[in-house]
Amino acid sequence: MTAVLAPGSTQSHRKQALGVRFAGLGRSFGPSANRRTVLRDVTVDVEPGEILAILGTSGCGKSTLLRAAAGLDIPDSGQVLIDGTPVTGIDERCAVAFQEPRLLPWHTLQANVAIGLPKSSSASAGKAKVLELLKLVGLDTFAKHRPREVSGGMAQRTSLARALARNPGVLLLDEPFGALDALTRIRMQDLLLDIHRAQPTTVLLVTHDVDEALQLADRVLVLGRGDGNGPEGSTVAELVTVPGDRPRDRNSADLGALRSTLLSMLGVTGH
Amino acid sequence: MSADYLTGGSAVPITRDGFSAAGSPLGGPEAQNDAGRGRAVRRTGVILLGLIVPALILLAWHLSTASGFFRPSQLPSPASVLAAAVDLIERGQLATHILISTQRVVLGFVIGSLLGVVAGALLGLSRLADVLLTPTVGALRAVPSLAWVPLLVLWIGINEDSKVTLISIGAFFPVFTTLYLGLRHVDRNLVEAARAFGLNGIRLLTTVQLPAVVPALFSGLRLALAQSWLFLVAAELIASSMGLGFLLTDSQQTGRVDRIILAIILLAVIGKTTDALLGVAERWAVRRWA
Repeated sequence: MTAVLAPGSTQSHRKQALGVRFAGLGRSFGPSANRRTVLRDVTVDVEPGEILAILGTSGCGKSTLLRAAAGLDIPDSGQVLIDGTPVTGIDERCAVAFQEPRLLPWHTLQANVAIGLPKSSSASAGKAKVLELLKLVGLDTFAKHRPREVSGGMAQRTSLARALARNPGVLLLDEPFGALDALTRIRMQDLLLDIHRAQPTTVLLVTHDVDEALQLADRVLVLGRGDGNGPEGSTVAELVTVPGDRPRDRNSADLGALRSTLLSMLGVTGH
Repeated sequence: MSADYLTGGSAVPITRDGFSAAGSPLGGPEAQNDAGRGRAVRRTGVILLGLIVPALILLAWHLSTASGFFRPSQLPSPASVLAAAVDLIERGQLATHILISTQRVVLGFVIGSLLGVVAGALLGLSRLADVLLTPTVGALRAVPSLAWVPLLVLWIGINEDSKVTLISIGAFFPVFTTLYLGLRHVDRNLVEAARAFGLNGIRLLTTVQLPAVVPALFSGLRLALAQSWLFLVAAELIASSMGLGFLLTDSQQTGRVDRIILAIILLAVIGKTTDALLGVAERWAVRRWA
């Protein structure tokens, strides 16, 4: 799969990886009488080209954080800056892959990937790019298939290819492997690392899987209420650098200790 | 047609594509011809099975009249209904009745459906239009079809326009309702994903929202067509000098039960035929868009 990643042909206009800064981000939901704060004072700097895993318990605002970066959600306070300029709406510099593939069922996989192409791309260059990406995710022989004719893993790879078609400066992944079986998930994680090596974009990966975070990320951001007695809403509870270069040995002692720490921060002890 | 029929129809191309792509040993051209022939045979079988009950009804009808169980003035025999048809054909009237009725239905159906698509799209997509107009449209829909007739006759007169207008009203609501509800229920996740990739306005509409409601639109169109035939008879029963509805009232006044039964049979056959034609289009659309 990595063979096709060689630099060349259609990669000349590729954007650089872009830095992301969450500056004092806050977001509440619900009617004013019963408003619930989900995020407060989230301030993080993500380096260009970094893979940042965002961990947290269910409902802690992981997805909200990601959606703010994509421009799909407007924060109540603070802002997201990409490459120094604030996100004000749907942002061309970002591309999202969701937990579900969210492919258009009436389009072929090829046409679905083409949805991700930037508006400026010409028809012929766009088509070549789409075919290259389908090859990258190992689906070139399924280009003309419809989403319902392929497996869940293949649909999710198509969704990833659609996001990559955008040449994103920031790739936003919202639990993209969460619904896949264990074997497919490991393959997808390897694929993501291959892609990142060949095309080092900034990746924000929302996940609830500590092992996935430890395998993929440069740093892990844990969202939570801190000591548990703080005000309502999640904020940056911990930001740790994962030791060692990828690919990492799942059984190393360093990772084991970090794994226990992270799990206990998520409220799971005794593992 | 029933839902299981639709899924059955859509399952076929998947299997075929699967075969050809996987290079399965069954994937040769002969195998595909055989599969095609098998489907054709099965389809013919389904049609033949569906004809059994009508044939039995025809037989029972024939026996009950031939045995004298019914008097001809109550229920004429199949042969005399056929004779009535031949008689009307020879007078050159049957074709006129059928053609004018079909023309009214087609015109009313097309006009009503187009208006239904426009209104359904507007109210389904615009929050403001929805809030403003939905109560009014809902109230208009509650008006029984015949209540419009006196008004239409006074406003437009007893002519083609008033009949086509009444049929349009009948065709409008099923299309409007299915499209409106369809657009309201387009998968939010799909719309959000498309928005995340920069689609909005007309491009979002044509890429995601309209394709997503095509299957719903076609079931609305089929309901609208059935409704058009219903409103046709309502229109022709009241004020007309031609058409199948006129044939019904005229025959009632002259006591021609054979012609009444002929008109009913023609309405059933023509209605079923137009529905089947639209059904073919619907199956194609579901395969293409669902």
